[in-house]
Amino acid sequence: MELARDEEKALEGNSGEALATAYRILVAIGEATGAKKLAPVKWAHISGVNYNTIGDGGMRFLEKFSASAKFAIKTTINPMGYDRCKPEDIPQSFQERQENIASSYERMGAKPSFTCTPYEVFELPQKGTVVSFAESNAAVFSNSLLGLRTNKESALSALASSVTGKTPLSDLRLEEARNPKTAIESDFDFRTELDYGLLGYFAGKAVKDSCVALNNINKLDTIQAKALCAAMGTSGSCGMFTLGGKAKEKISFGKKEAQAVMDELSTADDADIITLGSPQLGINELKLLAKLTETKKFTRRCIVFCSRTIYNSALKIGLAGKIEKSGADFRCDSCTCLTPYVTKDRYDAVITNSVKGAYYLSKSNKVKVALKDIKTIAEEYTQ
Amino acid sequence: MIISNCRRIVGGTGEGKPLFTIQPINFLAMVNAKTGTITDPLHELYGKSVKGSVLIFPYAIGSSVSAYALYSLKEYGSAPSAVVCSKADITTASGCALANIPVVDLPNGIPLSSLKQGLQARVEADARRIIVGFS
Repeated sequence: MELARDEEKALEGNSGEALATAYRILVAIGEATGAKKLAPVKWAHISGVNYNTIGDGGMRFLEKFSASAKFAIKTTINPMGYDRCKPEDIPQSFQERQENIASSYERMGAKPSFTCTPYEVFELPQKGTVVSFAESNAAVFSNSLLGLRTNKESALSALASSVTGKTPLSDLRLEEARNPKTAIESDFDFRTELDYGLLGYFAGKAVKDSCVALNNINKLDTIQAKALCAAMGTSGSCGMFTLGGKAKEKISFGKKEAQAVMDELSTADDADIITLGSPQLGINELKLLAKLTETKKFTRRCIVFCSRTIYNSALKIGLAGKIEKSGADFRCDSCTCLTPYVTKDRYDAVITNSVKGAYYLSKSNKVKVALKDIKTIAEEYTQ
Repeated sequence: MIISNCRRIVGGTGEGKPLFTIQPINFLAMVNAKTGTITDPLHELYGKSVKGSVLIFPYAIGSSVSAYALYSLKEYGSAPSAVVCSKADITTASGCALANIPVVDLPNGIPLSSLKQGLQARVEADARRIIVGFS
């Protein structure tokens, strides 16, 4: 990859240590993705905000990095570990470390969005705009449904883009990689958002390219699309899908493949707690939840994760109140993945409709998971 | 055996016992950052530690935060001494760039499985070279 003169100088440390670090990261990912040069980027969305994900090592790095680094472009950030307005149940030591991380990001100029669905919270740029999204569900969603151009960035590569305003021009930022070479041919009766999650998880695992065509599926609604994007982002390296498309290589997805994903991720039949929101729920999902639970009460503890922005909108239109009436409990600024609200000491198992949530609850929180779609959850666990 | 014409992703030199897998790795969900041990019972490296090894694997998968997991491994002294991927990915490249772990990936046509040999491996990223199968 060729660097411009000012980029070369920044890499050598002429503009300070933080920028040199950022350019070192950009050069490495540029080499990895075969980029010829860096390009300007308009918006970075950074992951690595939850203390449970980056730990003390990440916290200390950000503390040092943020002492001199400043964000050069619009920068939004992923959920952190807990809801600042509902700190009960969260150990003091966790809160302190979490606040340390949040203030490092805010010191650099991040908008304190704490959302994994920036596409539902912020104004969207024009199609074709180059962005740098580290949150995998947001990367897949933005490439596939919004026409934005991002690679499946890492927490550190998006951070490097936010302080330099640059990103390697490679992979899904170029037309060629956006044409799928592999197609998933579905022979499956998709009924629920969970079914699309199963397809996404299967596709991410089966496809090594950056883009895949999904054939024989109908136009997706937002709820289905979010489930699909999040699951695809979890299981592999694929950062984009097209709805329909010809491709040389074909892979089948049917009952057997869907069941194999269920067998891998759904490890319990029942549990004492329900978590909804990985990705964080949007207004559409909250409306559906309110409808499904109208005049009913949850028979299990139910936590609903959404961004503070979405929660405030839901509050204004009376939607949040309807959901709270069913006994469900909102948590903002955080999400199902690696949440300290669900620990192994407190719960053996969790019920969720999110394939992504199931993966991290089982692998990272080490609890069992009962995967069920939202309608089934409402039917079985409310009365 | 020497494999030359590798792609240099992160410069530097590292040597250690080769730890080989054809399965991708999710560094956030599958690796204990303090000890370097692979904690996922479904992974073929389950129970083994990446610490001090030349870690040979296809590419990283899963969470974008895994880049920090690679950095944390280094902070705890449990990082691999070098990394070889069949095709380096953004997570591995960025995490290792920050942690100063040398990374190369393989030239086209060289399968990862050709590296499954020997008791010691050495990665010379700046020379774009991997040496395996000596002890």
